[in-house]
Amino acid sequence: MENEEVKKIKDWMNTEEYKEKNFSRKAIVINPERACQPLGAVLCAAGFENTMAFVHGSHGCVAYYRNSLSRHFREPFAAVSTSLTEDGAVFGGQANGFEGFKNASALYKPKMFAVSTTCMSEIIGDDLGSIVGSAREKGHLSENIFAPYANTPSFVGSHLEGYDSMLNAIIETLGKKSDAGKTDAINIIPGFDTTIGNINEVKRILKIFGINYLVLADYSNTLDSPLNGEYKMYPDGATKLEDVKSCVNNKATILLQKYSTKKTAAMLSEKFGQEARVVKSPIGINYTDEFLMTLSELSGKEVPKELEDERGKAIDSMTDAQQYIHGKKFAIFGDPDMLIGLTSYLLEMGGIPKYVLCSNGTEDFEKEIEALFASYSENQGEVYIDKDLWHLRSLIMTGPVDMLIGPSHGKFAAREAKVPHIRAGYPIFDRVNIHRYPIYGYSGVINLTTWIVNKFIDILDDTCDDAHFELLR
Amino acid sequence: MAVNFKEQEGIVEDILSAYSERAKKNRKEHIGINDKETCGTCVAKSNVKSLPGVMTPRGCAYAGSKGVVWGPVKDVINISHGPIGCGHYSWGTRRNLANGEAGVENFVPFQFTTDFKERDIVFGGDKKLEQAIKELHELFPTAKGIIIESECPIGLIGDDIEAVAKKMESEIKIPVIPIRCEGFRGVSQSLGHHIANDIIRDFVVGTGEIDESKKTPYDVAILGDYNIGGDVWSSMKIFKEMGLNVVAHWSGDGSIEEMKITHGVKYNLLHCYRSMNYIAKHFEETYGIPWIEYNFFGPSKIKESIRSIAKLFDENIQEKSEEVIKFYEPKMQEVIDKYRPRLEGKKVMMLVGGLRPRHIVGAYEDLGMKVVSTAYEFAHADDYERTTKEMEDGAIIADDMNEYEFVELANRLKPDLVASGIKEKYVFQKMGIPFRQMHSWDYSGPYHGYDGFEIFARDMDMAINSPSWKLVKPLWKK
Repeated sequence: MENEEVKKIKDWMNTEEYKEKNFSRKAIVINPERACQPLGAVLCAAGFENTMAFVHGSHGCVAYYRNSLSRHFREPFAAVSTSLTEDGAVFGGQANGFEGFKNASALYKPKMFAVSTTCMSEIIGDDLGSIVGSAREKGHLSENIFAPYANTPSFVGSHLEGYDSMLNAIIETLGKKSDAGKTDAINIIPGFDTTIGNINEVKRILKIFGINYLVLADYSNTLDSPLNGEYKMYPDGATKLEDVKSCVNNKATILLQKYSTKKTAAMLSEKFGQEARVVKSPIGINYTDEFLMTLSELSGKEVPKELEDERGKAIDSMTDAQQYIHGKKFAIFGDPDMLIGLTSYLLEMGGIPKYVLCSNGTEDFEKEIEALFASYSENQGEVYIDKDLWHLRSLIMTGPVDMLIGPSHGKFAAREAKVPHIRAGYPIFDRVNIHRYPIYGYSGVINLTTWIVNKFIDILDDTCDDAHFELLR
Repeated sequence: MAVNFKEQEGIVEDILSAYSERAKKNRKEHIGINDKETCGTCVAKSNVKSLPGVMTPRGCAYAGSKGVVWGPVKDVINISHGPIGCGHYSWGTRRNLANGEAGVENFVPFQFTTDFKERDIVFGGDKKLEQAIKELHELFPTAKGIIIESECPIGLIGDDIEAVAKKMESEIKIPVIPIRCEGFRGVSQSLGHHIANDIIRDFVVGTGEIDESKKTPYDVAILGDYNIGGDVWSSMKIFKEMGLNVVAHWSGDGSIEEMKITHGVKYNLLHCYRSMNYIAKHFEETYGIPWIEYNFFGPSKIKESIRSIAKLFDENIQEKSEEVIKFYEPKMQEVIDKYRPRLEGKKVMMLVGGLRPRHIVGAYEDLGMKVVSTAYEFAHADDYERTTKEMEDGAIIADDMNEYEFVELANRLKPDLVASGIKEKYVFQKMGIPFRQMHSWDYSGPYHGYDGFEIFARDMDMAINSPSWKLVKPLWKK
């Protein structure tokens, strides 16, 4: 094509007219930041001791989940499928299920299979419960191996629901209510959180508090395992199955995400009578404070001075650096709970979360963001649910922002708009080690502030004229 | 040195002992010890179902069609038709680079999907597809075609995507092409390549008008180069220097416009035999266009390939080709002189897709390295026929090799480098074994052509000889 013609079309793509056209589409989805249910189920499995993710479906699906998760965590990721093919579509997938259990048991010797489905096994109508049950009866699946199962159709929800359904199945299947009453321990459910640093930060806070805790599903070690010359298919440090059995007798469960744990939270309180407390993801000062208050309330312990000092240091870093964020406009995207936290943090800093865009957000989520905006009257933003990154592109080309925050896929829009892009959420494929740093807690406040502010300063240094290229910033 | 076949067989036998009898019988047929004299199928059985419950590296037909063959075609829109996941996972993860303004001339960096919900499964997705195509045509008026890549549900719920495609094509006046590449079809990506080739044959080939005045006796097309990290560009440079005129490149940085006029070329030059032999054969049968396989990994194979391609043309091309070889040989010798002493005798184990497990062997050998085992995800019998000749006697050749076998084999063969994909990368790195991703060139490349070899040599050296590997064991455990 002629350069002029290309430019003409490109310019048209940056107009209000194009934006309207773009926002009026009903059927095609373009660059959504959303994966499918089984990915969440498979991730959840990685948080449990000697557990093999077992997906009833084609092996192509599992290859995709493993690729995706390995790229983000930069770690091995084990999962198997029942390798369904055309015969499965005709005769059902039971035979593959039986053989799958048999082969995987012999080779990988798991203590648990976390069984999930794909669109194919859902559509052909395979009954997962009866496949697992018959596999046991016929001796393909040993009684010594747990096999909780969850339906995770790819055409419903996103990776968040898949995580929830699998976790729900694991706890519901293994959990055993004791007559001895409640322990003083608190369960922590991080939800679909691929920032390993967050889970480690939460554990650190609980240790400082002196609270007995149990993280479910804890993949902070299995997906961040040491390189020491030995490959372990099941690295140490995942949630122990014995602990899963007794977790329903712990005093309470704190869920650090709302939108990836709904089923699990309801099951814990309804079936096991456990207090299931959903808190806001502890991003920013306010939500971290709330998390600590919840810990204090549930444990009966005062917030330790050590954490109060950490808080002071975080506030110190914020107030010192706020001048670089104040009044700056941000477009943020990714999973809903992270977005609520990031919105709150940016507002605390005097930033303007101009666009909050969620490809898997609900109306509840929309209301939560609007309530946050309302509480800071000067910094109104816009929230978009069920929208994709091509929508986001139209937004930032017509109403510019200073920075994008979200997963790697946002880099295309950021480049077109010529604005920086800070990586957060899932997936991060193009930066190393980011997922090892928390955005939770007071440490997370310092990390976010460091990344955002230094990025702005880097740009200032890279683009200013010589006279303004100053030592002091 | 005499090859101890018994010892190699013992290794395989030992690894297979972990399986149940039935699985063992199955897998035994897929792993063999190379003997240059024997037939490929005698060494490894291929292109059959994977064992359920075993961690196969294989993907699906959708991955073969959308991910491999059609995905790199930059001027068309590929719709991942069905639920959200498949398009998400195959979005920007293959490194098939393309020039051109995104959204106008180039749709490679996008993820387009009809995002099926439960109601689409229940009531069918044809109406949604029709609407989606209309919207795409409005939003991207310069797209030269719309390709419907079926995900699993399409074939299971009985949608008629062919009817939708036909209707919409007459409405929007650009090709709208339906592909039945549902992931459950076949046993691996390979059937997806075949299906995509057949669809190109039926919908694209021969549909373009050839400008006779622009035709030259040196017109060629490249088939089966996906421009990973810029491979097509470094290959085209050589062809151009040989005096050839590359009319089309399938499909890396390629376009449907080029595919439509490929039937006007003199020869098809085929790099990835596995994924595009079908269309090469079609051009030969229907248009009488001969095809030739070539290998642009490493100077030895490049030289061989340049000469065998030059032979097809006149003296003018042959002379120029010799000049090309003469020009690059000293540069390549410099690369070899620099890296060979650092890599001599190093042992490599490979597991890649359907071409590279044999095609890269020569490049390693140019650096003095030895490929002790090679394995394919989705090769067929004809690939194994070609493989036995490339490998040393006694090397282990495996088909659809799963993670368990790969790890156990590495424990016994003690390679200095493992060359495979992202799923395998961190497994071997945890074992302290240097690794390079050989699907994506590990975010480097190109590896094709003379320019590529220099990068390949540097990358293999830095993988194996990085000082960081020496830190794996702490002082107190040494």
